[in-house]
Parts: sequence; C-alpha cells; structure tokens
Amino acid sequence: MVKFILALIFFLFSSIAGAQVHEFVLKNGLKLLVKEDDRAPIVVSQIWYKVGSSYETDGTTGVSHVLEHMMFQGTRKHGEGEFSRIIAENGGSENAFTGSDYTAYFQTLEKSRLPISFELEADRMRNITLPQEAFEKEIEVVKEERRLRTDDNPNSYLREVANATAFQTSPYRQPIIGWMADLESMDVADLRSWYKKWYAPNNATLVVVGDIEADDVYKLARKYFGRLKGEVALPPSHRPEVEQQGIKRVIVKRPAEIARLTMAYKTPALKSALQDNSSVEKWEPYALEMLSGILSGGSSARFASRLVRGEEVATGVNSSYNLAGRLDGLFVISATPAQGKSIEELEQAIRAQINELKSSEVAEEELQRVKAQVVSSDVYEKDSAFYQGMILGTFETVGLGWEYAEEYVEQISAITAEQVQEVTKKYLNDNVATIAVLEPISMDRESSGQGAVLPGANSNE
Amino acid sequence: MNKFLTLLLLISFNTSAAPEIQHWQTSKGIDVYFVETHQLPMIDLQLVFDAGSVRDPINKRGLSQITNSLLSQSADGLNADQISFEFERLGAEFGTSGGYDSAGISLRSLSDAALLDTALTNLRRVISFPDFPAEILERERNQVLVGMQRKLQSPRSISSERFYEAIYQGHPYAYPNEGTAESLADITTDDLKKFHAEYYTSNNVMISIVGDLDRARAENLAETITKDLNKGKQPGVFPQVSSQAKEQIIKVFHPSTQVHILIGQPGMKYGDADYFALYVGNHILGGGGLVSRLFEEIREKRGLSYGASSYFSPRRELGPFLSSISTRQDQADEALTVLRDTISEYIQNGPSVAELKAAKKNITGGFPLRISSNRKISGYVSVIGFYGLPLDYLDKFNEKIDAVTIDEINDAFKRRIDVNKFVTVLVGPVEDDK
Repeated sequence: MVKFILALIFFLFSSIAGAQVHEFVLKNGLKLLVKEDDRAPIVVSQIWYKVGSSYETDGTTGVSHVLEHMMFQGTRKHGEGEFSRIIAENGGSENAFTGSDYTAYFQTLEKSRLPISFELEADRMRNITLPQEAFEKEIEVVKEERRLRTDDNPNSYLREVANATAFQTSPYRQPIIGWMADLESMDVADLRSWYKKWYAPNNATLVVVGDIEADDVYKLARKYFGRLKGEVALPPSHRPEVEQQGIKRVIVKRPAEIARLTMAYKTPALKSALQDNSSVEKWEPYALEMLSGILSGGSSARFASRLVRGEEVATGVNSSYNLAGRLDGLFVISATPAQGKSIEELEQAIRAQINELKSSEVAEEELQRVKAQVVSSDVYEKDSAFYQGMILGTFETVGLGWEYAEEYVEQISAITAEQVQEVTKKYLNDNVATIAVLEPISMDRESSGQGAVLPGANSNE
Repeated sequence: MNKFLTLLLLISFNTSAAPEIQHWQTSKGIDVYFVETHQLPMIDLQLVFDAGSVRDPINKRGLSQITNSLLSQSADGLNADQISFEFERLGAEFGTSGGYDSAGISLRSLSDAALLDTALTNLRRVISFPDFPAEILERERNQVLVGMQRKLQSPRSISSERFYEAIYQGHPYAYPNEGTAESLADITTDDLKKFHAEYYTSNNVMISIVGDLDRARAENLAETITKDLNKGKQPGVFPQVSSQAKEQIIKVFHPSTQVHILIGQPGMKYGDADYFALYVGNHILGGGGLVSRLFEEIREKRGLSYGASSYFSPRRELGPFLSSISTRQDQADEALTVLRDTISEYIQNGPSVAELKAAKKNITGGFPLRISSNRKISGYVSVIGFYGLPLDYLDKFNEKIDAVTIDEINDAFKRRIDVNKFVTVLVGPVEDDK
C-alpha cells in the first residue's frame, strides 16, 4: 500500500512538473533567472549578491548585514527613504535579508510594475551614498537588532556559541549579525570598500518569478542593468575548516528557565561532493537530508515518536541539515528536556537513536514516508512565487547553480536505507561533534548577579 | 484627464479580480465556503470551531487549547504514531491551532482522490472520535508547563501577557490561551471529553475549502468529514469586552539588555463600523512596514529600535490596538516619550492629504499580493466565514479603502484611541513596581 501511494504521488508530480527556468547573462556579467508563473497577476523580483557573513574577516564581522541596512538610506538619485516610499506607493512589499553566503533584496508587485523595481535596484547596485549621519543612526538600529535577536534570547545565544565552537577556521563561525565589538568599531569606510568590492553586476543574480514573459524580463533587465559596469573578477573567499580532532563541549550559563542541548556534527555540503577527487559521494548530501527527515520530518518521525512521546525524555527535538551551502556545514540536533529529565538523559537518548541508525537500516515505510513528503512539499511550494525564487537564488548564489534545485526531488527519491545508514556512520561521530548546553542561571535581579544589566549591554559611552 | 485615470485604475483592478467564494450549507446545516482553483493539484481545508479559549470554564483556563492539541494524539483506537503516519505517508500536512475566538483543524493535501480520501478518513476520526486517555493528558500537561516556563525567559512574551491581563481585566482575553499552572492542574480527561462533546459539533463549526476540486466533490467532502459530528447546541453568548481602558504603567524586572516597551488598549472587532477608517489610519501611523510615522520617528530619525510599528488585531470582540519597541536601558525613557508623542500627535492632527493618498495607493495597489496564493486565499475565506463578513468582502475591499476620508480617520481615532488611557508595560532592567 505504501509503495503504491508513493508511486501515485510520483506520477502526479511528473504530470505537473513546473515551469521551466529561463537563464540569461548580460554582457556585464549579471545573471538573470526567470520562472513564468501565471497563477496570480504579480511578480516577485529578487536580487542576490554573492556576499554574506562567510565572506567577512575578523574585526569587521557583520559588515554585510550593516550594508544591507544602508542600502535603504539613499543613492545620488533617490534620497534617504525614497526607495521604500516609491515601492509602497506602487502597492509593493519589499525587504532584504543577509545570510552566511548571500545578501538579497526583494520586491513583490503587481506585474506591470516590474520596471519600477528594476530601476531602483539598478540604481542602488552602484550608487548608494552612505552618508555618515545615516550610518551613525543605522548602526544603533543594528545593535538593537543584535540585542533583540541574540543577546536577550538564550536559545539564539546558545546557537551562536555552538557555531563559533564547532568551526575553528571556517568563516561559518562568524555570526551573520556580527560580534558586538565589531559593530562598535565599524565605520563608513568599512562599508564603502565592502560595497565597492561586491556590489557589481558580475557578482549578482537577478531572479524573477511571476506572471511575466521571460523575453520581456530580459529586455527590461538589459535596459536598466545593462549599462552598469562590472568589477574586476572577484576571488571567492575561502579558508577551509581544519580537521576536527575530537569532541568539543561547551557550556553557556545565561539567565533562563529551560535548559537546552545542541549537538552539531561537521558534514559536507553538496558542493564538496561535486568537486573532482572528492572523498564525498554525490549521493551523500541527499542521504543526510533524508536522515534529517527520518529523525524529525513530522510527528511520525523518530524524534517525536520515540523521544517526545515514547520515552518522554524531551518536549521537542529537531534536526537540520542544509546541502545548499557554499562551504561545508553542520548536521544539527537541538533539544529541550521534558520536565524532570536531565540534559545527560536527553543526550543519551539522542545518542541511542543515532546508534540504532548506525547498526540497522531504517524501515522501508519510513523511507517512503519521507519521499512522499518531499515530493508533496515540492508541489505545495509552487503555491508561493516568493519561495520558488528563494530556492533558485540560494542554489545559484552558493555556487551550485540553479539546475541542482531542479533535480533535488529526483535525487532524494533515489536514496536507499543502506545509504542512510552509511552517512550516519560516516558523519555522526564524536570526533567531529560539538555539544553545547544552555545551563540556566536564576533570572532574579540579585542571583543573576548582573546588577541591573548584563555585561556588555550598555555600550555607547 | 481625471476620467482617463479612473479608467486606468479600473483596468488594473480587473486584472486581479477577487476569487469567487461559493457558499452553501451541508445537510446538517454547516456553512461551507469554497474557492475552486485548479492551477495546482492540491487543496487547503480548514474547519473552524467556535471552541477557542473564550469557551474555557472560569476555573479551567487552558482547557480549549489542550483539547485541541490532544485531538490527534489518540482517536478511534489509533495512537499518535498511527494517526500522524497516516497523514505523512500521503504527503499530507495536518495541523491544529487554538486561539481565543476559535479552535481550528487544517489539512493540506494533494487533490488526487486516492490520497485525499484517505487523508479525510483519518481527519474525520480525529475530529469525531478523540479518545483522551489519562496518560496522554499527563504528557501534554507537562509539555505545556515547560512551554509556560520558556515564556518566562522571553521579555517579549512577558510583556504581552501583562499587557493583555491589564487591558482585558477579567475577560477571557485577559488569560493566556494555555491557561496557568494552577488552572491546568485541575483539568481531567472528563473535562476534555465534555468540552469536545459540547463544542466540536455540527452546530458550532464552519468549513473553508480552497483548491483543485469541483463543486460536487467539495460538497461531498464537506458532508463526509462531518458525518459523525453530533449536532450539539448553539454555544453561549460571547462575553463583551469593555472598551473602558484605565491608564496603567507596569514595570517588570528581567535580566535582559533591552527594555521591551508595549503600549495600547482594546481596539476593534471584525465587522466594526470604524474598521476601514482605523485600518487605513493605522497604516499611516505604524502599519505600513518600512514607511510609517512610527518607523520614521523611532528608527529612521533616531535609531532607537529595530522594530517600530503599531497594529489593530481584530477579534470577534474588541481585539488589541498595540505598539511595541525594544531599546537599550539608558534610552528607554526617551523611546517611550517619542512613541507616545508620535501617537498623540497623530490622534490630535491626523494624517496629511499626501499621506492618505500614499497609503491608499499602497493598500489598493498591493491587492493582488493579498490573494496571490491558495494559502492566503484560504486565510481570508476562513475569516470571512467564521466572522460572518460579507461574501463580497474581497471584491469591495479596494472600494472601501478608497472611500476613507481624512475626517473619518480623525473622527475614528479621536473616539477610539486615547493615549491617556493606554496600558504601558516595560520589561527589562527596570525597577519592579512591587
């Protein structure tokens, strides 16, 4: 029955296989990807720059993200805030995001208004003014953002420490938002050189999804972006991670109520598997994605079924792995203990699950279940033009190429139980593990020992 | 010239006509709202019960939410593993959600009959025959308690709990959905069974369906999934919220680097006579994303906070009007002053002609974005059905927005919002009031 179901889902999937991706490259090196989707009279336009926190160096961490903020502070042609006002007047929604491997800007608009987005994005690709006064204000906004998201959130804080502990030399150790000390010492000159270096047509991908014709978009792109000058070809920043020689353990003591456990294992990205003479087989990253699905892809997955229900040792356990990274990353398991259960018990329970996966193959029906979910999700994701753009932009910007996004479902579908077992054995080992624990300390004013404020909080003397 | 512009506007509206919502009642009298769309082979189904935490007995706060989340943990003799596997092996996504006004069940599935029918059979069991065994209640209770503890480490969660408690004084909206540690301790499996029998009934539910079905299949679907529901009674009167806020300042110490500031009062309800005036008015004040008075004054001019917005969150009764920011301790007083002054000034003098024009262009020009996916349409259809909004709500949306005048905004804000009656909550490195 299960097999039949999966065959049926695949059949449905192949019969609707989505719109094709049109690729163009302008003379100045700007790559354009267009996906036609006429479900709604809208268009999503995203511009992706190959720069993010993993391109940064010690002393100026966070500069990519601060620059993202400053991209809204005006160009020679459009004054401060005008970008957002024009988009708003045209009924658009917009924003931007920064990751380890990319910085991206997007607008969603009624379809006839795409030229407005192109004109504004082309303008700010080369012409922002970076006024000193706006910077002094905006850097304070970013510090508040860091306090909000990381410093005052014990789980985020733990994640930041776990990451910085797991990676010793890889730039993935740096937080996207940057260390507070680096934000304190940053100046406009840092931003100016960062902008000059990375914001050029030959370092960007323009992704457009919506009710538009690919050729028309190409013409528009040439009109608005075509005259921009490229920069000298940019070497990708890459300092590899040194080989880890044994388990790393770190404890974070913060005012909190609930303990938390993070277990992170070094794992290859798909990009590594594709290199010549790689020790990583091409299927391995897909098997790691499958492994994550087996463990935490739904309420019937092993963690929910066995640890949250079953043993009742956790209130929540999650795993995550992302094959679409520019550099090798982590397979991360994060968990919160159930009432009356210790972090040690929780860690042992998770280890027992990992050991079982090493010693015996997963059941065929578990494998089929994850495949059914992956295929169905691919259909559901077509409900969102924005999400379709996200996938193309990510795969392209990390250097895989969007074609790999297109074959994801097919590759996952080919994974066997034996391969899942093999990657568990190969990668989920103590030698490459980092185990980080949040140990709550009292949140009372007196016993948290902080006086009124945490150290480092008050920074603007 | 004017005529020409009107014509252009009409054309651009027509390119994004609102989806047609079909409405009928099942043989049991259940209201069904249906949008037929065949572009993708999938459906989104929602069942919305008038079984939110407003229906909690006074000494059993949290009963609604725990009942809702236990439905899929054991039903018709199947355990949680079997129920969830039965959905997930089909690639179907099943979810439950408990709120103040309602408790929902949702299903996203491929529309192929063999898959969808299997998922629906499972769904029918879950809503009709939940088992509520004692050991599962125990497990869930412990989970909820951990969740409550986790909220205590979040200054934002603490500030909103204290805020609701103060603006809703004794109304069910004043309590957290999940209840309190004390109220939870008193809940028994009999309470769950009784709550389910009383509120998960055909008299107390509406259905929204969006997706790849024809009318006949949709009708059949609505009949089948509800065939085992008992008729039940009409639920009792929904308690009214008093709009009479009382000014109050609440300070709570928290060992955080920022002070979280939350201000506001009871706001408006769905179907409110002032709905569009308050909606457009707030868009200019703090609802317009990166373009609004609050964003400009708090963030763009002064860099005081990462977030700076205000919103009305309508409910069946008066939902909250609120605005929140977070900033480091030494500038918390300044930030609060700017926040209050900006709102005060706006209530006093209202928006400019240019601001109103820009806001209307943003809201109406962005209409196609509101209905650009099945998920978004499904959200609107459920709200329209559950709150009894007119079926042409989406068709008339732009028209209503365009009709709002400066006088209406001024009048509505002056009557409804009063900074001198705001509840103000500060959570962070501050002196407690205690």
